[in-house]
Amino acid sequence: MDPAQVKQARALARTAGRPVVNLAKRHTTVSVERATLRLAGLSGADHELVPWVNHLVDAVRAQTGLEYGVSLPVWDALRRGVAPDLATLAQKAAGGAVDFRIPEGKEAATVGKAARSAVARGIRTIDAQRARRDKLIARHGDPKQKPWIYLIVATGDIYEDIPQAQAAAREGADIIAVIRSTGQSLLDFVPEGATREGYAGTYATQENFRLMRAALDETSKELGRYIRLTNYASGLCMPEIATLAGLERLDMMLNDSMYGILFRDINPIRTFVDQRFSRQIHARAGIIINTGEDNYLTTADAVEAAHTVTVSQLLNEYFAKEAGLQDWQLGLGHAFEINPDVPDSFRLELAHALLARTLFPKAPLKWMPPTKHMTGDIFRGYLLDGFFNLVGAMTGQGILLVGMMTEAVVTPWISDRDLALQNVRYVLNAAGGLTEDFHPPRDGFIQTRAREVLGESIGLLERIVGDSDRASGPPLLAAIADGTFGAMKRPPTKGKGLDGVVAKGPGYLNPATDLLEEGSTR
Amino acid sequence: MSARDAHEARRRRENAQPGELSLAEPPSKGHGPIVRPYGDTTGDGMVQVSFTLPLPHDKRAEGAAVRLAMQMGIEPALLVHAKAIGPDFTFFVVYGPVKHLVDIREFEIVEREYELLSSKEVNTAIKKHLRRKLVVVGACIGTDAHTVGIDAILNIKGFAGEKGLEYYREMAVHNLGAQVSIPELVNTAYDLKADAVLVSQVVTQKDAHLHNTSAMSAAFREAFPTGQVPHLIVGGPRFEEGAAGGLGVDRIFGRGTTPGEVASYLIHALVDPTTRVTPTPAKAKTA
Repeated sequence: MDPAQVKQARALARTAGRPVVNLAKRHTTVSVERATLRLAGLSGADHELVPWVNHLVDAVRAQTGLEYGVSLPVWDALRRGVAPDLATLAQKAAGGAVDFRIPEGKEAATVGKAARSAVARGIRTIDAQRARRDKLIARHGDPKQKPWIYLIVATGDIYEDIPQAQAAAREGADIIAVIRSTGQSLLDFVPEGATREGYAGTYATQENFRLMRAALDETSKELGRYIRLTNYASGLCMPEIATLAGLERLDMMLNDSMYGILFRDINPIRTFVDQRFSRQIHARAGIIINTGEDNYLTTADAVEAAHTVTVSQLLNEYFAKEAGLQDWQLGLGHAFEINPDVPDSFRLELAHALLARTLFPKAPLKWMPPTKHMTGDIFRGYLLDGFFNLVGAMTGQGILLVGMMTEAVVTPWISDRDLALQNVRYVLNAAGGLTEDFHPPRDGFIQTRAREVLGESIGLLERIVGDSDRASGPPLLAAIADGTFGAMKRPPTKGKGLDGVVAKGPGYLNPATDLLEEGSTR
Repeated sequence: MSARDAHEARRRRENAQPGELSLAEPPSKGHGPIVRPYGDTTGDGMVQVSFTLPLPHDKRAEGAAVRLAMQMGIEPALLVHAKAIGPDFTFFVVYGPVKHLVDIREFEIVEREYELLSSKEVNTAIKKHLRRKLVVVGACIGTDAHTVGIDAILNIKGFAGEKGLEYYREMAVHNLGAQVSIPELVNTAYDLKADAVLVSQVVTQKDAHLHNTSAMSAAFREAFPTGQVPHLIVGGPRFEEGAAGGLGVDRIFGRGTTPGEVASYLIHALVDPTTRVTPTPAKAKTA
């Protein structure tokens, strides 16, 4: 691959991304403010399960607006002795019994210090959890093979998920992902407590995180291998879920820069603001993010849309690094979704996977199995999964999401998982070393195709950067508004969660952002 | 099937009376009304099943697997594979002839009354026949906060590998989300000049989904002049597909409905009624 072309592609991603980062810096959201309160230790919910962080942010917003953030009015109220602690303050505020105001001058400085010291305690908990993870990995060890084997559990009931996750780890999984209940991404609050009812997944809650991490710690000890835990920081509560993940030592989080905009119709500005904060938290927590490029391929033709995956990976990389994430934390996604009836489909898959591997040599790429062309013919599906595993082995992928032959039929049965793991083990055992031998010739089909996709990616990035619709703001937002990605038009003035976006005023204070950007602990 | 029926079937296969349908007729003559599974010989009845038992892998577990297969009508059951899944479970593959017969005259089938179209065909039909966008408004009504159903049908992310209605270029889709009040839904449908209104009811108690649906259809019929009410569709796992009339809606979709089915149905119902499946000679009944 031409290094000049690679450089050009990265430069274009930076040009497209930077104005969006600047826009994100000028705004806050209700979820960023709620995450800040969570770092300061406010948790729990009222009897109707409305979280106290929602009550407090809503009350502040109704009185003083959020232009200054919640920290100043909240710690001002605490300083005035309105309530002894955050929880009591939230309860009082929910009843409308608190008058909030914005402190000024010297007073503001004192209040700011108090807020910072409270939020810093949460940041230090995240630091401590990161150190604990490092210690446990040193004690139990990383998986012996690459790619790491990633398995999903999704029963809806955390107490069913736990034994399933432990069994999956015993059967060979290195990473357990607990799929969220469908629709959680559109909830503008984080549910509370241990939950036993979900739809095609289990709610992401702080208590569920804690229970599962504790169970996997036991299993890690039993197996002599640190089992990583994954959940989803996406949707309207991205910043809060990222924060809870950091506090409860989750190890990986799904976190894509544009998924919510394109596929869940969440407002673009809301998404970019929330995403930046959540990624700053992930960076601090030592969490590996997983991006969602597979979605581009399930909603469009995987050959025609191959370059949209590359463009999304480049943008995800830019936004991630800007937020402080390191290469080893970038689980950039891609998927095996080419129609198997297309001639040379396997060679095309190899070309696309190799392109990602070459573009991001230090990132633990996340390789995702076929879903779109899994028809219910489980026998054909099993073969397809075998080929998927082979691409993963040949191109040195970092994280391999195990494909199920019963994809689109049932949520995996115990036997489906066992067969799927046998498939992975066979391929890795038989062909795991192939990365060493696999050097497709420069003028062959695979390399030519990889260069072609990179060329198309550069073309698309140039179109994005040159998008001149000034009304939509930065060119990337204009491109999103035009339907450049996934054929969906998502203007910055529309979408879910827009009413939770607030432009920062001149005196805006958020100690969490300050601590994260400075890298401070106090 | 009783032992007597099995005996009768065997007799008819091996020694059919004159004028009586022989079950041993070769496939080249087309299939008869009575069928058995086909492995490699007509009438061999061969099937293959796999399952897991919550038993550790030992002789007893294998015995249990054979016993279960026999109770399923597989006799003799040939246990071809058994493998432990962890300490507490065993996976089995069993082959064998199943003794059951199926008489295809004995049951009715419910036919889809509309043809399944590709997204391209849907777009073309709207362009050609409607010459404007088909306006679809969707919501979860009542206290149901579970947008999983409506999102599966409307969001581009879709369901079961099919893209949601948002993906269709010729449809203007408005997803109002969860906990939408009935007046709000009626007003929005009115303002947007909705052609179709999709309502999802996933979580329901004490038949709330039925009450909500009736209330919704009544509100629409009150607010719109006769003949101008948008096409009303409800969906959810608890509805019975045949109950549309009784609830005052035009169509009900049940569990597992895909966006492509809804899109195809909308074309059939609102855009081009010629996209209709020709009824098969079997006693076809519309759902």
